[in-house]
Amino acid sequence: MSETKKPTNGFSEALLRRAAPDRAAWEDLVIVPLFAVVVALLLGAAAMLATDVDLATIGRSYVALVSGSVGSVNAISETLTSAIPLTLAGLGIALGFRAGLFNIGAEGQILIGGMAAVVTGFSFPGLPMIVHVPLVLIVGALAGGLYAAIAGWLRAATGAHEVISTIMLNLISYRLVDYMLRLDFIQREGRSDPISKSVLENAELPRLLTWLDPNLRLHAGVFLMIGAVIFIHWLLFKTRMGFEFRASGENPEAARYAGMRAGLVIVLAMGLAGALAGLAGANQVSGVLGRASPGFSAGIGFDAIAVALLGRSHPWGVLLAGLLFGALEAGGRQMQVDAGVSIDLIGIIQALIIVFIAAPLLVRALFPWGFSKAKTSAKE
Amino acid sequence: MTSTSISDPIAQQTRKLDTTKVRQAHITGWILLALAVLAALVFGAGSEGIATFRLSRPTDPWALPNLQVPAAAFNYLVAAVLAFLGVRQFLRGGLRWTGLSLGLGMILAVAAFLVWATAGKGFSLTGMLQATVVAAVPITLGGLAGVLSERVGVVNIAIEGMLLAGAFTGALLGSLVGGVGGLVAAVVIGGLFGFILAALVVTYRVDQIIAGVVINLFVLGVTSYVSSQVYSEHRFLNNAPIFSPIRIPVLADLPVLGPMLFQHNLFVYGAILLVTAATYYLFHTRMGLRARSVGEHPRAADTLGINVYRTRYINVTVAGMVAGFGGAWFTLGSVGRFDENMTNGLGYIGLAAMIFGRWHPVGALMAALIFGFANSLQQKLALLNTPIPSEFLAMAPYIATIVLVAGVVGRARAPAADGEAYVKE
Repeated sequence: MSETKKPTNGFSEALLRRAAPDRAAWEDLVIVPLFAVVVALLLGAAAMLATDVDLATIGRSYVALVSGSVGSVNAISETLTSAIPLTLAGLGIALGFRAGLFNIGAEGQILIGGMAAVVTGFSFPGLPMIVHVPLVLIVGALAGGLYAAIAGWLRAATGAHEVISTIMLNLISYRLVDYMLRLDFIQREGRSDPISKSVLENAELPRLLTWLDPNLRLHAGVFLMIGAVIFIHWLLFKTRMGFEFRASGENPEAARYAGMRAGLVIVLAMGLAGALAGLAGANQVSGVLGRASPGFSAGIGFDAIAVALLGRSHPWGVLLAGLLFGALEAGGRQMQVDAGVSIDLIGIIQALIIVFIAAPLLVRALFPWGFSKAKTSAKE
Repeated sequence: MTSTSISDPIAQQTRKLDTTKVRQAHITGWILLALAVLAALVFGAGSEGIATFRLSRPTDPWALPNLQVPAAAFNYLVAAVLAFLGVRQFLRGGLRWTGLSLGLGMILAVAAFLVWATAGKGFSLTGMLQATVVAAVPITLGGLAGVLSERVGVVNIAIEGMLLAGAFTGALLGSLVGGVGGLVAAVVIGGLFGFILAALVVTYRVDQIIAGVVINLFVLGVTSYVSSQVYSEHRFLNNAPIFSPIRIPVLADLPVLGPMLFQHNLFVYGAILLVTAATYYLFHTRMGLRARSVGEHPRAADTLGINVYRTRYINVTVAGMVAGFGGAWFTLGSVGRFDENMTNGLGYIGLAAMIFGRWHPVGALMAALIFGFANSLQQKLALLNTPIPSEFLAMAPYIATIVLVAGVVGRARAPAADGEAYVKE
């Protein structure tokens, strides 16, 4: 990538900026992420070398990483399937960031939303699919939203810090799910372990690609994901409510003096963030798992924080970050099968990618020849 | 009246504070009354017989007799006191003791609950208090790491990762070179991650929360990867010695207090020492004053000749070392082997303890003790067979935390420059 180097002096730099005003943006949006991915993969290989994995296996594992994420229809289907909940929950966290709230509670909101969705999913036999699926999703979103709104309301009414209350709500939700899974009307008949009844067939998000191969897991949640991205983009940047969210996030004092109702903004932003996480949970139980078991959220709520940060809290950025994380996850599973390298390596690579993308200054310091010289100051 | 108050901003301010206070007092009042009803109708009416609390083992040098509490009578008494405290919140002068009343009320309610659960049975109070102190150790150290770095204006989400790194390194080096070597290595690795956090946020101006999340992800990735890739084949690398308890002469023989405080391994003593040292450092030394000024107003500190960058580097690195020490507790102080993600979110609870403790080392210690108490209470109560599902018992401390944070702590104030990068001009 060193061919992007461009010798510049002050004048041509100024000319260039007039001609191509997005040069810096281009570097930040394209070159930095590319660097990040490449360097992260190299460092991942170094980690494998350090733990006594031979070169041939490293090669095989990276081939598997690519082929498992984008190498076939099945791989793409897996990537998208993994990306859907990450993107949905990530959108919620990004929305919170925009409004100046740090919602660590996506994990709990996913669990609560998912549980509500499961109960709705098996409780109404005979409903037609066209009613049942939206019902499941709406109930999941509502449950997640209400659960998160507790933290928002506490913050608005009493000033309780949302970081504490969402952490506590996470811990409460784990216990609540454990308890609910043992209730008679939720636990599967004839089972002693905590596992819920299965979602009815009419409440499952339809699989999209079964006409190609019945094993393809991609489901209609992918439309949900794209719809949510568009909706959040519209909400944040085209509506008054979104403006109030962003204003409160940028400068709460100024927003209050401008007459915005700070408390209402907090409750609404938290509620919406929770609704998106709840939707992610509903999407998992109705599209992938078909039931609930302890810990079915599988850390998605925490990965979603990374996704939101990586996407710089911008809806389309979150979508891209979600797709990248989904691809790494799908590829990582393939890597574990093909090369016998633990999927935990993916965690290392994800962390490295984020740190390089989040620290353009660091990338520029490491690879000075990739960038035009005058642009070394970070945007505040 | 309105016209005078508008022209007088100070009076307006005071009245605004007053209404907040009044509302808090009333909320507290309602909570206390609800607890009184609970104590009377559930705990009082539901208990029969005598609750026996064991305070000492018969072999102890100064054995205390068992504490015998007539359950129903005790709980009705508690309900009466709670009702009195609650009603007083609505009367004149109720504003003054809001926090104290709520704290006292919570303690009484827990006592009533314990008596109810133990009625007709026996329960080792000392054992539970001992377990409380042990469970509080990693939370205290995590919270202390948070205090040290947030006081210089660096948000530390990375506590979880630092704890995990300390646990991992402690186990690995502990297996290779022994306990002390493992402990030193854990502290060094913790400090290294503190330094990395400082470098990312101070020099490279990465968003502080991103940097913290990245460190957590990275440590979780590396440690899980190594433990699944390497430990499965080379088990001897994950077999560390455990520090044995040190009995402090004489003090360890005291009833109740002895087992609670003076029969632990060095992590408990270390945690208490570190909290003391950090309090002294932050609030009674020139260095500490400088550190806090960097957290409150870095520009002003810089103008006075304090090196903002260096102060942040040093304090965040020390915070990392504290967290590394806390992490070593998981392996060298407790089970002697590393498991994937064995800190299991305790770093985040440490973060909560820090906020709960209002960014003060002693506050963080107190908050950690509450979490530790809740944790050990839940474990011991499983033996007593109460009619409440154990999941709800496990939830109770977290609900109580939310209530306390909402009711008492309220708008606790973080250091003013917390989370902001400082760019020297």
